[in-house]
Amino acid sequence: MDPLINNLDIFVPAFRNTIILFVVSGVAALILGTIVGGMRVSPVPIMRGVGTVYVNFIRNTPLTLLMFFFAFGYPKLELGKLSYMTLAIIALSLYTATYVAEVIRSGFNTVPVGQAEAARAIGLPFAQTMSLVILPQAFRAVIPPLMSVFIALLKNTTVAAGFSVFEAGAIRAYLSERGEPAIVVLLWVAAIFVVLVTVLSLVQRRLENKWRVAR
Amino acid sequence: MSSVLYDVPGPKAILRNRILAVVTVVVVLAILGFIIYRLAVTGQFTAEKWRIFTFPLVHQNIIDATLRTLSAFAVAAVASLVLGLLLSIGRLSDHAIIRVPVMLFTELFRAIPVLILMMIMYYGLPPLGVTFMTPFLAVVIGLTLYNGSVLAEVFRAGIESLPKGQTEAGYAIGMRKSAVMLLIQYPQAIRAMMPVIISQLVVVLKDTALGFIVTFQELLYLAKFYGGQVTYGSPIIPSTIVFGTIYILLCLALSAVAKWVEVRSRRNPRITKVAPAVQAANQVEIK
Repeated sequence: MDPLINNLDIFVPAFRNTIILFVVSGVAALILGTIVGGMRVSPVPIMRGVGTVYVNFIRNTPLTLLMFFFAFGYPKLELGKLSYMTLAIIALSLYTATYVAEVIRSGFNTVPVGQAEAARAIGLPFAQTMSLVILPQAFRAVIPPLMSVFIALLKNTTVAAGFSVFEAGAIRAYLSERGEPAIVVLLWVAAIFVVLVTVLSLVQRRLENKWRVAR
Repeated sequence: MSSVLYDVPGPKAILRNRILAVVTVVVVLAILGFIIYRLAVTGQFTAEKWRIFTFPLVHQNIIDATLRTLSAFAVAAVASLVLGLLLSIGRLSDHAIIRVPVMLFTELFRAIPVLILMMIMYYGLPPLGVTFMTPFLAVVIGLTLYNGSVLAEVFRAGIESLPKGQTEAGYAIGMRKSAVMLLIQYPQAIRAMMPVIISQLVVVLKDTALGFIVTFQELLYLAKFYGGQVTYGSPIIPSTIVFGTIYILLCLALSAVAKWVEVRSRRNPRITKVAPAVQAANQVEIK
């Protein structure tokens, strides 16, 4: 217990930053991902194309490379100074948004076309077709995989440690200066992540059971 | 063509779609234009910044680094598949004494970030007397533990999605459990799960880039090295473009294989029956 308790001044702010990275990029990725996911199912071919190119390119780029670009490349563009934290958030959001977009697209795809056709056939206008027939069904299919995406995001925040952001992944470097054994520190970091991920998984399982589609 | 979200467009909708298309083009061009403008203004396209990538020695180094990335990927991919198979067999065991520890193992290693696993290997173990740990091994072991656990869940999802009659038929003709698994369950599960398995391998390939943080001299390490050469005007952005292209091409090639397998298996009626399993496993596949 000692290495954790003696160094709470490092552990607490580091994990606070991890949580900040997680929450802010999570919200940003949700917004951007919904827009891109919407583009990918839109009736306009060009929008679909733009969405597809974005998703395929970013999905096939390592997150580390994205962070690399924002941490080292962005300052060269002389667009105004941003903290490493902000840059890491941008990279995480752009990366995670592609996964959110895919989840949203697949959510719409799980709704049978007949559902919408039936809604239109009985004369429901677009807004009601969406809000009463399609979204409730798509939403249920989307929640569990969306939670998986967020769990991955939480773990991905550690990558920022390689790019001068002080968060959980960077704890080891700070504490090795104090002479703490690396293995003990790292096992504590791992243990805290296990707890955080377990909490998210429990939420996921609850939502899954609550909203399972009974067909 | 009708979809869930919209009907076949009428004259009004066609007009609206065209306006939206034009707006999209304008917005995308504006964003791209702005990026290219900034790149040009800050001198990223000058010959000075690109010269370093014209030397044969640099080409050779890039090829070597690509090979190092690929060898870490290959070793980790094979090891993850083997570990995943073993773990999934353990998790489907009838004996709680095997099933429960294996379950804890997979859940544990799925919850720890890969980078932390690599750091435990590289920084954590050597002070305890592990002398053989190299950055390469740290990367491979970290990737294997994580992706092996994820793949174990993929295999399990594949097997659990098979119709029950398959196993029952096996037992009915007198097969033992090992024969049922080996001859009936795994062949079907692996075929059904092939697209998911390959897209998990794309994750392995992407995550080799984390090796850069534990000083493994792969592509990204080289990208930082060349990007920082002051004599050539610190060409960090040209370097990102060059190395980013290599990564994207490698991953796209692997993703293309996944897509090809998926299309092929969709045409095969024997596999389409278990296709819902693929959807279920898409929830397993994260990152």
